[in-house]
Amino acid sequence: MATSPSASPATSVSRSNTRSPSLALSLQHRRPWYSELGERAAELILHTIAFSAIALIALVFFFVAREAVGILSAEQASPVSPSEATPEVYGAETTAPSAPEVYNPDASLEADNPDTSPTVEPTASAHSAEAATPPAPPLFQNLLGTVWQPVSQQPKYGLLPLVVGTLKVTIIALLLATPIGILAAIYAAFFAPRWLRETIKPVVELLAGFPSVVVGFFCLAVVASFIQQILGTTYRLNALVGGIGLSIAILPIIFTITEDSFSSLPRRLWEAGLALGARPWQVALRIMVPAATPGIFAAILLGFGRAFGETMIVLMASGNAPLLSWSPVEPVRTMSATIGAEMGEVVWGSLHYSVLFLIGLLLFSVTFTLNVIAEFWVRQRLLRRFRGSSS
Amino acid sequence: MVRYGFRKESGEQALIGLGFVGITLLAALCVFGLSVGLLGHFAIGGLPHVTWEFLTEAPRNNNTEGGIFPAIYGTVLLVILMSILGVPIGTLTAIYLAEYSREDSRLTRWVRFGVNTLAGVPSIVFGLFGLGFFVQFVGKGIDRVFGLELVWGKPAIIWAAATLAVLTLPVVIVSVEEALRSVPRQLREASLALGATRWQTIRRVVLPHAFTGILTGSILAVSRGAGEVAPIMFVGAAYSLPELPKSLTSQFMELGYHLFVLSTQSPDVEVTRPLQYATTVVLLLTTFALNLVAVLLRLRMRRRRPLTL
Repeated sequence: MATSPSASPATSVSRSNTRSPSLALSLQHRRPWYSELGERAAELILHTIAFSAIALIALVFFFVAREAVGILSAEQASPVSPSEATPEVYGAETTAPSAPEVYNPDASLEADNPDTSPTVEPTASAHSAEAATPPAPPLFQNLLGTVWQPVSQQPKYGLLPLVVGTLKVTIIALLLATPIGILAAIYAAFFAPRWLRETIKPVVELLAGFPSVVVGFFCLAVVASFIQQILGTTYRLNALVGGIGLSIAILPIIFTITEDSFSSLPRRLWEAGLALGARPWQVALRIMVPAATPGIFAAILLGFGRAFGETMIVLMASGNAPLLSWSPVEPVRTMSATIGAEMGEVVWGSLHYSVLFLIGLLLFSVTFTLNVIAEFWVRQRLLRRFRGSSS
Repeated sequence: MVRYGFRKESGEQALIGLGFVGITLLAALCVFGLSVGLLGHFAIGGLPHVTWEFLTEAPRNNNTEGGIFPAIYGTVLLVILMSILGVPIGTLTAIYLAEYSREDSRLTRWVRFGVNTLAGVPSIVFGLFGLGFFVQFVGKGIDRVFGLELVWGKPAIIWAAATLAVLTLPVVIVSVEEALRSVPRQLREASLALGATRWQTIRRVVLPHAFTGILTGSILAVSRGAGEVAPIMFVGAAYSLPELPKSLTSQFMELGYHLFVLSTQSPDVEVTRPLQYATTVVLLLTTFALNLVAVLLRLRMRRRRPLTL
C-alpha cells in the first residue's frame, strides 16, 4: 500500500493551496481572474446536483402521495363507475374464477406477519359494518375490506387480498431463492477453484441482466405448464409459478450481497480457523457464516424488498385473481400487479386512480423501511463487530 | 505419521463435510444451470423466427402477424433519450461523491443514503412517479404556461425516458464513482502539486483518465433500464402503433412492453408464440449487445492503460 502514507499530506496541500499566502502568491499570476469563480461555481453546481439524489426521494414520495390524497376528495364524486360490471382478468389464459367467492379470513396466519398486523384487527369490524350498511360503506372501511372489485356497480377496494397475495408470493420466492443463493455464495466464496469463481460471477451477472418481463414470459410459457404437469394444479397460473419467477429475479441479489459480505470478512478468520486444524467446511460453516450473519440478513431483506415490489413477473405469471387465501396453488394478485394492470384503464382523478396511488405509496413505504433497516441497522452492526475485533 | 490438529477426523465428520460441500456445489450448479438454461431456451426457441421481415416490418392484424420494427425503433430512441437525461446528472453526482465529498460529512452520508434508497424503490412506483410528476405536474404545467391544449401533459416518450433516467440514476452514480475511484491517487496529487486547482485536476486529469470507465459504467447502467417495462407502461408505451414516434411527445412501442402485450393480451396466445419468442430474443440481444460493448470497452481499456503505478 504505497498510496496510504501519501494520502493525508496531499489533501492538506490541496487545502492549504488557497490558504497559505506564500504559495497562493507564487501561483497568482498564472491563474486568470475567472479561475477562482469557476472553481466556486463548479463546487456549487456539484453540491446542488448531488443533493438531487435526496431531493428525488422526497419528490417520489411527495408526488405519489399527492395523487393518493385524492381519495379524500374523490370519495363523494362518483361511487358508480360507468363501465360494465364484468370483472377483468389480466394475464389472459387463466381459467380462474374472476369474481372471487373465497372468503377465508385466516386472521391467525396473518397475525404472524408484522406487515399485515395493523390491517388485521379492524377487518372484523369492517365486515360487520359492511354487512349492516350495504350501500356505500365509508372509504376507510372499504379499504380494509376483503374484496377487491374496483370495477362494478358498487366498487370495493379491499386491500387485504392484495396484501396477502403479495406476501404469499414473496414468501414463496424467498423460500426458494434464499437457500440456493446463500449456499451457492458459500461455494463460490470458500470452496470453488479460482477459475470457477471467476466464471460464476459473470454468470450471475447474466442472470441479473435478464429483464423481468423476460423472466415473466419464461414462467408464463414454460414454468407454468411444467408445474401443472407435475403437481396437477387446477390453475395454470398461480402463486407458486409467480413465486418461482420472483425467485429467479432475486437469486442474483441474494447471491451477490452474501458473497460480498463473505469476501469483506477479514482473511485472518479463515486462516486462524485452518491453523487450528479445522477443515475448510468447518471453518466456513462455524466461523465465516456466523461472522457474516448481518450481511446475509441484509441480503434477505433486500431480496424481500425486490420481490415485494416486482411487477412484471407477477403480473404475467401469477394469475391475477384477487383471492383471499393462503393456498400456494391458487391464482393471486399482488399490489404491484394491481397497479400495473389497472392504471392503464382507470379514469384519471377518480377514486380508483387514487387508491392505486395509495397502493404505490404503501409499496414505497415498505421498501423504504426495508432499505433503512438494511442500511443502518445491519451495516452498523457489521462495522461495529469488526471494528471491535480489530482494535 | 504425526497428525496436526486438535481432533482426529472421524468418518462421520468427513461425510458431513463432503455432504455440505456437495450441497453448496449443487446450489452453485443450480444458479449456473438457470442462467445458461434461460439463455439457451430463448436462443433455441426464438432465433429461427428472427427473420429480416420480422425485424423491419410493423405489426399487422392486431399484433398477430408482421414484425416489430416500431418496437425496436422505440426502444433505441428511448435508451438514447434516457442516457441524455440521466447520465450527465449521475456522472456529476458521482464526481461530487468521489472527488469533493469527505466520507464523514453529513451531506455525503445523506447523498449515499438517497442513492441507496432510490435503488431500492420498486420500478412500478417510478411509473407512478412518472405519471404524477412528469405527466401530470411538469407536462400539464408546460401546457398551462404556454397555453397549449394537451401537448405535453399526456403520456409521451420524453416522460418515459425521464422516468427511466430517474430509475437508472443510482446505478449510473455507483458505477461512475467506481470508475473515478480507480484513477490512481498519485495522478491527482501530482496535478495538485503542480498548482492546478481542484476542478482543473478533475477536468484535465481525472476525467480523461476515467473516461472509458465512465462510459462502461453508464452503458451497463443504461442497459438495465432498457429492459424495464413496469415504469413505462402508463407513461408512454403504446399497445400497438403502426407509425414511428414523430416527436418527443408521441407515444411509442417498446420491445419489453410489446412482449408483455403479445404474451398476455393477444387474442390467441398459442398462435403468436413464435412471435413472442422472437421478440424476447431481440430484447435480450439489445440489452446484451449494450453489455457486450461495455465489456469490450473494458478490455480495451485494460490493454492500453497508459501508466501503472
